[in-house]
Amino acid sequence: MTKLKSILFFAFLFLSMRAFAQESNAVEMADALYQSGKIYVVVVVLSIIFIGIIAYLIMLDRKISKLEKELKNK
Amino acid sequence: MKKNWWKILGALLVAYSIVAGFLFAVPAQFILHETIRNLYFHVPMWFSMMVVLGVSATYSIKYLSNSNFNHDIVAAQASNVGMLLGVLGLATGSVWAKYTWGAWWVADVKLNGVAVSMLIYIAYFILRGSIDEEQKRARVAAVYNIFAFVMYMVFIMVLPRLNDSLHPGNGGNPGFNKYDLDSTMRSVFYPAVLGWILIALWLMTLKIRTEKLKRKILFND
Repeated sequence: MTKLKSILFFAFLFLSMRAFAQESNAVEMADALYQSGKIYVVVVVLSIIFIGIIAYLIMLDRKISKLEKELKNK
Repeated sequence: MKKNWWKILGALLVAYSIVAGFLFAVPAQFILHETIRNLYFHVPMWFSMMVVLGVSATYSIKYLSNSNFNHDIVAAQASNVGMLLGVLGLATGSVWAKYTWGAWWVADVKLNGVAVSMLIYIAYFILRGSIDEEQKRARVAAVYNIFAFVMYMVFIMVLPRLNDSLHPGNGGNPGFNKYDLDSTMRSVFYPAVLGWILIALWLMTLKIRTEKLKRKILFND
């Protein structure tokens, strides 16, 4: 029984060591953020900011075009 | 609407790069980790800056050959937008450096080259501001601008390749070369570069048109 126990102990030790070694070798990436789906929040926030800036640019562009037209007609 | 298609294209390409830049898979690399995604946002700043500064230098040459005042306006406003993109590139690069190289600024050939070139361009704006007579200002500024552009390219494209640099793509440093930049990353990176170039050109035309309007109203020409 003790023999079996010690065999099991070393087997588990070996397995856990392998798992540990794998963990330290892997490059840490933001996998949790992707798994939980929270990365989409970041994407949406950045998209809103970008759309806002583009909308502002379009408005500015139109305003300048209008001024150009007015100055031409004057 | 028809002549504005490139502005829409630019906006769509950058929008795509924001969504794909966060959601597409990237290679797992030591030190870089997820910051590798900065490639889609930091590097296009420099590409688009080089394009608008190139436009600026081209129009300076054009001004010298025919003394058309509109060319001087283009040269000045384009380099203005170029500096905005340069500052954004420098700021984003600094943050990236802090979390990968461990410092906001390192005395690296590429970084110091950019810093010196920025000063060269700041001198260009000071030079423009210090000459009142328009013909003279346009002429002197055009000559200086050509010099500034050549120096910039030497400082950020040539010298870093002749020396060792921490910055990827230079010297003996294996950066985002053909082994690192896989095809998924390319499918986001190239559209991002093109999109930001188009947006930079859009900003440039807005600046130029505003300046021309200002001149029309103030001086009636």
